[in-house]
Amino acid sequence: MATSDIEIAEHALQHHFADMDQQRETTTFGMWLFLLTEIMFFGGLFCAYLVYRATYYQAFVEGSQAMNIWLGATNTAVLICSSLTMALGVRCAQTDQRKLMVILLVITMLFGLAFLGIKAIEYHEHWTHHQFPGPNFSFPEAEQNGVNPQNVEIYFSLYWAMTGLHALHMVIGVGLVLWITIVGARGLFSADYYAPVENVGLYWHFVDLVWIYLFPLLYLISKKHGG
Amino acid sequence: MWKNLPLFPDQASSIAIQVDGLYAFLIAVSAFFTLLIFALIFVFAVKFRKAAHPKAEQIEGSLPLELTWTLIPLGISMIFFAWGALIYFQQARPPRGAMEVYGVGKQWMWKFEHETGQREINSLHVPLGRDVRVILSSQDVIHSFYVPAFRVKTDALPGRYTSTWFRPTKVGTYHLFCAEYCGTEHSGMIGEVVVMEPVAYQAWLAAGGASASLASNGKELFTQLGCATCHRTDTQGRGPNLVGVYGKPVQLNDGRTVMADENYIRESITNPQAKIVAGFQPIMPTFQGQVTEESLGALVSYVKSLSQPQQKAEGGAPAVATSTSN
Amino acid sequence: MATAVQTVERETYLNNGYSLQSWLLTRDHKRIAILYLISITAMFFVGGFFAMLIRLELLTPAGDLVTSDTYNKLFTMHGIVMVFFFLIPSVPAVLGNFCIPLMVGAKDLAFPRINLLSWYLYIIGAIFALVSMTLGGVDTGWTFYTPFSTHYSNTHVVGVALGIFIAGFSSILTGLNFIVTIHRMRAPGLTWTRLPLFCWSHYATSIIMILGTPVIAITLLLVALERLLHIGVFNPALGGDPVLFQHLFWFYSHPAVYIMILPGMGVISEVVTCFSHKRVFGYEFVALASIAIAVLGFLVWAHHMFVAGISVYAALVFSLLSYFVAIPSAVKVFNWTATLYKGSVRYDTPMLYAFGFIGLFTMGGLTGVFLASLGIDVHVTDTYFVVAHFHYVMVGGMVMAYMAGLHFWWPKMTGKLYPEGWAKLSALLVFVGFNLTFFPQFVLGYMGMPRRYHAYPPEFQVLNVMSTAGASVLAVGYVLPMIYFVWSMRYGEDAGPNPWNAVGLEWMTPSPPPTYNFEETPIVTWEAYDYEHLPEHDEEVAVGH
Repeated sequence: MATSDIEIAEHALQHHFADMDQQRETTTFGMWLFLLTEIMFFGGLFCAYLVYRATYYQAFVEGSQAMNIWLGATNTAVLICSSLTMALGVRCAQTDQRKLMVILLVITMLFGLAFLGIKAIEYHEHWTHHQFPGPNFSFPEAEQNGVNPQNVEIYFSLYWAMTGLHALHMVIGVGLVLWITIVGARGLFSADYYAPVENVGLYWHFVDLVWIYLFPLLYLISKKHGG
Repeated sequence: MWKNLPLFPDQASSIAIQVDGLYAFLIAVSAFFTLLIFALIFVFAVKFRKAAHPKAEQIEGSLPLELTWTLIPLGISMIFFAWGALIYFQQARPPRGAMEVYGVGKQWMWKFEHETGQREINSLHVPLGRDVRVILSSQDVIHSFYVPAFRVKTDALPGRYTSTWFRPTKVGTYHLFCAEYCGTEHSGMIGEVVVMEPVAYQAWLAAGGASASLASNGKELFTQLGCATCHRTDTQGRGPNLVGVYGKPVQLNDGRTVMADENYIRESITNPQAKIVAGFQPIMPTFQGQVTEESLGALVSYVKSLSQPQQKAEGGAPAVATSTSN
Repeated sequence: MATAVQTVERETYLNNGYSLQSWLLTRDHKRIAILYLISITAMFFVGGFFAMLIRLELLTPAGDLVTSDTYNKLFTMHGIVMVFFFLIPSVPAVLGNFCIPLMVGAKDLAFPRINLLSWYLYIIGAIFALVSMTLGGVDTGWTFYTPFSTHYSNTHVVGVALGIFIAGFSSILTGLNFIVTIHRMRAPGLTWTRLPLFCWSHYATSIIMILGTPVIAITLLLVALERLLHIGVFNPALGGDPVLFQHLFWFYSHPAVYIMILPGMGVISEVVTCFSHKRVFGYEFVALASIAIAVLGFLVWAHHMFVAGISVYAALVFSLLSYFVAIPSAVKVFNWTATLYKGSVRYDTPMLYAFGFIGLFTMGGLTGVFLASLGIDVHVTDTYFVVAHFHYVMVGGMVMAYMAGLHFWWPKMTGKLYPEGWAKLSALLVFVGFNLTFFPQFVLGYMGMPRRYHAYPPEFQVLNVMSTAGASVLAVGYVLPMIYFVWSMRYGEDAGPNPWNAVGLEWMTPSPPPTYNFEETPIVTWEAYDYEHLPEHDEEVAVGH
């Protein structure tokens, strides 16, 4: 019953790989490539953002004013901390510290859920203030400041699309960390076999990194230009 | 000679001959290389067929040959590029003094308005030998203004002006197609361009029954919509003086400088907050939804007329705006 | 090798389990390739059915066979099915999946379960698309230009867009699998410069798949969001820019055409070398040309937009770059032609298709050069000239390459030989039918017939009738292989491990291969296309390596 780490690792070796080293290098390479595709996926939205921000800068300033910088900054801090705990969790997997690894992964998940909770609060705010694009969109502050509210609607389209897509990736990320935690608690990982933890960690860091770009771009648009 | 060989449409514009010339050159070069490849494959496949050549000779390659067949096609390509670009420059830049027509595409028809005020639907009358510039926009989806006989094509976009120009060189009636898929009756959005002798064209204009020129329509709208209230010709206006604005650079309040072309004027009417002239406040309301494409064309035409030093040949358009103080 | 009587049937990937479950839950790249083969063949005939209706309608100038709305749906769905559900997966998902692990001497691709997932995503995407088409179809053109697709079309845009979105992930996962496999799973001794060019082509293709496909995914997602939730960035009424959609769309869709041709070029490299019985001329140049096409292919997208309202300067840049991207393809054509020189040429069916490919791809590629020329493009863009151009490269090129590859590897995949006479006849019918269908369309285009036209002026009729006549010949050429391939599975002659006398690891294992591909991992000590030393390879096969 008490299978050794090496036996578990060997059991985890898939038949088409020559050895664990090849499997680990291959799966990690695969994850890096996948993250590259994710950059391109978000990239389309960033491209649209750049184009419209350049065209309707004042409208973007106005839209950005409606963001709650404190909640956004808190979320940024939450995600950065979660990346820390995730990285430490990977380290624990590599160094056979199973208990600590599980604790750190659980904290990572809690941070992730905290992020999603704060995001939900923000979304609720925006929703009740009619800041969702569509027939019910309204942004009275725009007209008061000489900005076309329809252009602000474009800002919000990008806001909801970009943060929504990011939140979806967070949900998937939490799911992945949950999976790692459960099988990790059962002793699947060790110094001989920790690649899945590392790869989930890579995914988590990527999603964190996307937010680090989203936060200043959406929340911190300064009024400096003109007006 | 080409009449009996339906390979080319009529050559009815000044640019058509040039386009056909480049086309002929491309065909010649392509035919040469195609036949060369076909011939080589045929000859090699027969000469070195297994029965005749049972032992293959393992040849690695040849750097000189690779360089040759890389650099020669590259060189020829650059000829194609340069020639095509030169023609394109001409297509993209209308000569000064071109007569202007506003064209609006909508599902599923073309509406044209001459500067002298004539309106046409699905047909466009133009004089032989005159430069004609068509300023295009769409009321709904993207359309494309295509006259094969002139070798011109430009998309008509919603929310923005594009333009194209041609100089008709042959009297006749030619197809006008919509060349950008636009829905159910895309293939029904066919019209005709009628090229007339200048005298006949003048007669057609006179008989057209147009009451007022495009620019004077625009002037009326300018007053009706209240534009004149702020856009005064003295320094007291809350909006910039529009005399002489068109065609010159404009300094914006964020430091940028933009050219006051048709799209700038149009955007100033439909989305004025997008660009604010330096020294002015962003108080102009938007007129989007209150003006049709035709009205926009009239207003743009009017503002353009404020930059004209003298009256145009067709007459009717007031040369300089008289100050209207309210 | 087939012996007269075998007491124990040799284990192959085909007889390793007969249940539906063993197929639908397989991790074997070869079975997944067969699953793809069945699916994309079905989609090919769906797309072909739409094409048939289009060509029938175009026999007469008036729109009298179907209504305008129906016609618009027909060409839209023809394009969507053929591009996204046939051409893009065809060679990679069928032949690439089957051959790449064999060619690199591996037991499977790097990620077998992700490979299976990619097939399921393809199927789910196809179901979305087919159901939407059955429920009423979509009429935006495969290009989904806004604002028509976001605000004016009353058809099932969201369903089809989501179908393409899902199928896009199938493509991304396939590309990811190939890149990792080629990097990490090569047998000992198989250096990059010993790789078959088929692998180089698929490597280049995979780069495009993983970098480009996500962009169309997000673009179509935005279209769907705009229709469903009014989250809109392409709406001119809000100040949105419909031309931005075109940039985002073509940023993928231009490289996509290289996804569609590069794998075919890889097939041609394998076929031409085998049936000339010699190494390819200029191996490094052909390999690097594939990479160059992939890289340069990302830099030319706006040549689809020369008349769309982009600036003169942008147009100049994209025109210039479009000429650059043509050069590597030309280099390949010259290299393949030179490979025939002093070879020992056989005229088996794969080679006939390869000849057809080289000729027709040359014509198609050269007409692309016409389109890159700004002065010409203004006249011929959005006309039948473009339609003819892309059918020359995609059908005269890619589909012929796919047929070449199917015939070439059919004995390996099934252990059976197809009937050569019928195959040659089909190849001839395809070549003749294809040219008759599409060459007149160049003339139609220059004459000014726009594309996507349901009805047209009467002077265009003669050429349209020629085109439709050609299409009926072409159709026969495509139906015949369906029949004789299926026939061969039961009645075909047994093929040995290497019926073509080819060099390559895939020919050093039995036909059909065992589930784990090789008895022992091969150790590669020879250069690519080492036809000089083929007899020694045959020995190794006999010994069982």
